[in-house]
Amino acid sequence: MDMNRRQFFKACTTGLGASSLAMLGFSPQPVLAETRSFKLAKATETRNTCPYCSVGCGILMYSLGDRAKNATAEIFHIEGDPDHPVNRGTLCPKGAGLLDFVHSESRLKYPEYRAPGSSDWKRISWNEALDKVAKLMKADRDANFVKQTADGKTVNRWLTTGMLAASASSNESGYITHKVMRSMGVLVFDNQARV
Amino acid sequence: MTNHWVDIKNADVVLIMGGNAAEAHPCGFKWVTEAKAHNKARLVVVDPRFTRSAAMSDYYAPLRAGTDIAFLGGVINYLLANDKIQHEYVRNYTNATFVLTDKYSFADGIFSGYNEAKRSYDASSWGYEIGKDGFAVVDPTMQDPRCVFQVLKKHYSRYTPEVVSKVCGTPKEAFLKVCEYIASTSAPDRAMTVMYALGWTQHSTGTQMIRTAAMMQLLLGNIGVAGGGMNALRGHSNIQGLTDLGLLSNLLPGYLTLPREGEQDYEGYIKSRTLKPLRPNQVSYWQNYPKFHVSLMKAWFGNAATKENNWAFDYLPKLDRNYDVLQAFELMGQGKMNGYICQGFNPVASFPHKAKIIKGLSNLKFLVVIDPLATETSEFWKNFGPYNDVDTANIKTEVIRLPSTCFAEEDGSLTNSGRWLQWHWKGAPPPGEAKADADIIAEIFVRIRALYAKEGGTFPEPVTSLTWTYRLPRSPSPEELAMEYNGKALADVLAPPDPKNPKAPQAVLVPAGQQLPSFAMLRDDGSTSCGCWIYSGAWTQAGNQMARRDNSDPFGIGQTLGWAWSWPVNRRILYNAASADPTGKPWDPRRKLVFFNGKTWGGADVPDMVPTASPQEVHPFIMTAEGVAKLFVPSGMADGPLPEHYEPFESPLTANPLNPGNAKAFSNPAARVFKGDMEAFGKPKDFPYSATTYRLTEHFHYWTKHVDSNAITQPQQFVEIGEELAKEKGIAHGDMVKVRSNRGEIVTVAVVTKRIKALDCGGTKVHTVGIPNHWGFKGVAKMGYLANTLTPFVGDANTQTPEYKAFTVNIEKA
Repeated sequence: MDMNRRQFFKACTTGLGASSLAMLGFSPQPVLAETRSFKLAKATETRNTCPYCSVGCGILMYSLGDRAKNATAEIFHIEGDPDHPVNRGTLCPKGAGLLDFVHSESRLKYPEYRAPGSSDWKRISWNEALDKVAKLMKADRDANFVKQTADGKTVNRWLTTGMLAASASSNESGYITHKVMRSMGVLVFDNQARV
Repeated sequence: MTNHWVDIKNADVVLIMGGNAAEAHPCGFKWVTEAKAHNKARLVVVDPRFTRSAAMSDYYAPLRAGTDIAFLGGVINYLLANDKIQHEYVRNYTNATFVLTDKYSFADGIFSGYNEAKRSYDASSWGYEIGKDGFAVVDPTMQDPRCVFQVLKKHYSRYTPEVVSKVCGTPKEAFLKVCEYIASTSAPDRAMTVMYALGWTQHSTGTQMIRTAAMMQLLLGNIGVAGGGMNALRGHSNIQGLTDLGLLSNLLPGYLTLPREGEQDYEGYIKSRTLKPLRPNQVSYWQNYPKFHVSLMKAWFGNAATKENNWAFDYLPKLDRNYDVLQAFELMGQGKMNGYICQGFNPVASFPHKAKIIKGLSNLKFLVVIDPLATETSEFWKNFGPYNDVDTANIKTEVIRLPSTCFAEEDGSLTNSGRWLQWHWKGAPPPGEAKADADIIAEIFVRIRALYAKEGGTFPEPVTSLTWTYRLPRSPSPEELAMEYNGKALADVLAPPDPKNPKAPQAVLVPAGQQLPSFAMLRDDGSTSCGCWIYSGAWTQAGNQMARRDNSDPFGIGQTLGWAWSWPVNRRILYNAASADPTGKPWDPRRKLVFFNGKTWGGADVPDMVPTASPQEVHPFIMTAEGVAKLFVPSGMADGPLPEHYEPFESPLTANPLNPGNAKAFSNPAARVFKGDMEAFGKPKDFPYSATTYRLTEHFHYWTKHVDSNAITQPQQFVEIGEELAKEKGIAHGDMVKVRSNRGEIVTVAVVTKRIKALDCGGTKVHTVGIPNHWGFKGVAKMGYLANTLTPFVGDANTQTPEYKAFTVNIEKA
């Protein structure tokens, strides 16, 4: 029977696969084979783009939950997007491992602080972290901002704090980051394009 | 890329050099496979190593790391000597006919205007001769000895096949075979595409390497055509986006530039960037610079940017020099910097000369790290034994580490290498308390702004005047931000007065408040706002163009104009008017792209031309003042109007074979070298082997060592050496070895391979040590030494991109 992916999923949701008949072994092979489709059949499918290289492969992410307000989504499968004109559903080893990136044990969860000379992290709240960063930046800007050079040129620059911006962050994030940092007179400012 | 990924299938010849697409861009490489399968295309690979791309090639030629200009200069010489150029394209679409003044000269590897003490050039002797009509003088016969064509011929006449073989170590027959493949595409109905990446950018002569290849492509007529182009394969998923948005020391969004401190006068600043045409009737699209600049300042400062205050010119910081990453860490080492924010970037792993990076960070008062993963940089202060041997108690830097979302946990757009802006959607919330990057920046900003409002401080105006009308000030939505960089009309945008009826009311092109359809609507009178002019058109009144998902390819050449949105104005192949001859007829009827029907341009792409401009008058390279592409660059390049081979700063040779008698021309005479660093470069007697860093297909930089499946496929660090070097040093496959440079050492496993052969460079045997760079001291893979422990702290003369790809090391059994 010729059907595309979406038709197949739909057919499988109405199939016998998860019924007790199948579980007790009273159904023929093809029905038992259907059970594999259930992993994705009830999932929410979301389009995204692989964050690694600049081919920008289309990916499909499958998550639990139906996007209701109190349903916590969790991504449990990622594969290539067959509709994408460039990668046509394929992924390389990096993209194919994306699920393990999303769920990496190295994922940061909470703001942390390391004091001068300390050998440990201390967990802090967002409020404390953001206040600290804002105060440190403002104090440095107030103390070191250069309005004019010694020979009277207006330069309005702040050279003692710099930033490296993320080349995997979105255009929207990059845009607001540039707007904010430049408004403060920052010139020590680059992203991975520099290297 | 001038072209895009799918277009590669239209090529007849694919040259992969300075990159390794099969390894690093595998899903993009499928289009090379398609070109071979369906277009009888040939893949040629030139690389110090027999890479995975070489394994897929029809022909592979080796070359010594860092000698690409010599190789490509040799190709240019071959093309000119054998008359394998696309004559009409060269005459009409390049500056080959332009005449230089008699002030230009070149001798012993140095161009006219060199200042040795400053290590820089005064480019005034490189300019065109200007006629009485104020335009550049041209010689259509290309016979004038001072015309660019003749100067080019003379310059590369030194790059004979014998010289190429001597410098690059490439066997002469192999070099000539590559030339034959390349030369076959000089025919108007054959196209070659060049796919390159960090193997060209990461050199002290990197920009000129790319220039040489671009010049080769122009001589062949391969720019602006389907299956042609200069295709830069960028590194990250949105490095193109961040470049376009200008998050670099000296840029503003859309490749606008910050003022230098000598530019105190706003009119002068704008005038120097408003490029007037150097030939009659040419578009010189940067003539519209004022419209882009004023619209940006309105986007950022709103009503605080007025004509009276020069659109808030003083709110922009002015440069005294470039503050690129090497400069930043040089300053940190001198104790001149206090704070640093590392967002999604891991300098301890990614920057050259790890010891210098650690020292720099240790001198800071505060370091803020924003990342989804726990990186080496965030823990630079922790002792990890030999992998990071630091004195924790004596590092006084305060570190604040903030958890951010990853791609799967946000909405937004990314720009791929083909300039496509693709919107993506959030699939799940992030772990723990992680926040979106835009939210983190917004939170920091509104707190700083509140502090200025409350207690005042130094020059608060640009901060307090910054436009910030987002519905949730501490969480600007991606939609609002995209609409802001697209731009909108602040007042009605009017059509220019009708010359036949000047008193008639002007038509309203865009009513006030509406999103702009493109940058063609931008004005310099304050009536438009636009955060990034080249992105104008991404979110129009019709909605989010980046979210479009129509993958139909009606012309059959891979032009999916309905999928996402590319800049500029959804154009997929840049300079596409060059795919037609000066009458507007396509050079190759089999590979039609755009054409002129006598009245307008049209075809399989958005024409890169004023729609009604006649190709008899207006040339395709609309962004240059000349209207044509530049084989010779009169201004803008720090290290010369023409590429010239120089040795990498750390070379296995003691003299530059092209200019052996002139020590000034050993390495790039115009590259910046910090005080004390020149003496610190390794010498061949201590470090005799050429070394180069590179990537594996299973890993992405230092991220995937945190990812189980990737760590499993390539768990452990190794270096690669050829069989001959292994035998010489008594190193067996699998032995532990120590690789040392003048900056540090790493201990790891040796892979002995046939993939790297010794090269004969004019009698000097050069071995290469290959160093994949994916390991470090954080993650789930096996612990490894950061490869950048070894690399040199010097960069390209134009971009300051570090010379990771060519330096010297020594190696012995550990």
